[in-house]
Amino acid sequence: MTATFPARALRALTLVLTAGAAGLALADDDENKRLNINHPEYRSECGSCHIAFPPALLGAESWRAMMAGLDKHFGSDASLDAETSAVITKFLVANAARRDTAGSDGRPQLRISDTPWFRKEHRDGHDGITPGIFRSAAVKSAANCAACHRNAAEGDFSERDIRIPKNGARS
Amino acid sequence: MKSHPLRMFLAGAALLASGFATAETPADFLTRYQTEARQSTPGFSASAERGEKFFTATHGGEWSCSTCHTKNPAARGKHASTGKAIEPMAPAANPERLASTRSVEKWFGRNCKDVLGRTCTPAEKADVVAWLMNSPR
Ligand code: HEC
Ligand code: HEC
Ligand code: HEC
Repeated sequence: MTATFPARALRALTLVLTAGAAGLALADDDENKRLNINHPEYRSECGSCHIAFPPALLGAESWRAMMAGLDKHFGSDASLDAETSAVITKFLVANAARRDTAGSDGRPQLRISDTPWFRKEHRDGHDGITPGIFRSAAVKSAANCAACHRNAAEGDFSERDIRIPKNGARS
Repeated sequence: MKSHPLRMFLAGAALLASGFATAETPADFLTRYQTEARQSTPGFSASAERGEKFFTATHGGEWSCSTCHTKNPAARGKHASTGKAIEPMAPAANPERLASTRSVEKWFGRNCKDVLGRTCTPAEKADVVAWLMNSPR
């Protein structure tokens, strides 16, 4: 126990660093996919309506654009005081993907689930993903990462913790 | 168990002296919103019954407060668009509720805009707090 914990922690840290350095091109074959969400204020402020999404999955410009429009955040008011907002923006930008995530119109994408990386990783037929699964009753939205990634709230997207909901597969 | 006025005064003074780091209680919010409401409506008194009506009704939009928080303050809710679990709203069921101005004001601000398209009045907030405080665990 005492010997394995530091080793595990070190491995997780290495993966966090690797994921950050690789930008959005996350290697497909890593057993552990832990992404850094390690910031108490970020986790509590941005993890109350949904899981705290990993900063490494969007580019810095996307995070800046999102943080500039929190009062109209995907149909919800998620506004923050200026001080908290600045602290969180700093964390997001420092841990953002290396490459920017812009749409075909050149504007920063605000949804992780719209990025080419996400679409490729979650394409129909890939590892049990079926057409319509994201809009099924059990999943509801591609943003509901935890419906399939059971430890998503901890920033853990390891393959062994993926369970695709059964009743989702039918629709 | 009679509380002596002097003792209450001393306790109050001690509270003040200990500064703003002191945790707030649900009763503090009731008092504060009620006092604010009396500035425009003298004699205003919070009503748990009105609070329940306000909380469970829609106000012209798609959502009521209950859409995410359920009609039972002691029950776990679920965010209407993301599905994320929301811990119970009643302080009796969840001691973290109505304990911090920062959190309470932030969420009244956001959620009232989402549900009513405007901020909630002090009277509405007082009624909601009264109802949440009334709820058993
Ligand atoms: C008041 C509730 C609320 C808060 C607080 C909130 N969000 Fe959101 N967020 C939402 C909703 C609702 C959606 C849309 C979910 C959907 O479509 O399933 C969303 C979606 C997102 C998405 C897109 C997910 C995707 O890939 O589809 C990102 C990224 C995001 N939020 C980041 C943040 C950040 C960063 C913060 C903190 C500053 C934050 N959110 C705080 C409600 C909130
Ligand atoms: C419908 C179920 C489902 C949902 C919802 C979902 N995913 Fe996935 N995700 C998968 C599957 C299946 C894979 C493929 C695993 C593999 O590569 O074998 C995957 C792969 C991943 C990977 C790469 C893991 C690896 O080891 O290569 C990441 C990171 C990831 N998803 C993040 C997310 C995020 C962030 C969200 C929410 C915005 C999300 N996922 C929503 C099912 C889902
Ligand atoms: C779209 C979903 C949604 C709706 C609708 C909604 N809320 Fe909330 N509410 C939340 C979430 C998410 C939280 C924060 C979750 C947490 O703290 O666990 C919250 C927190 C709160 C809090 C904070 C309590 C505290 O002590 O910190 C209050 C008060 C509150 N809501 C009141 C209301 C009222 C009043 C309405 C109706 C006008 C309402 N809510 C409608 C999602 C919603």
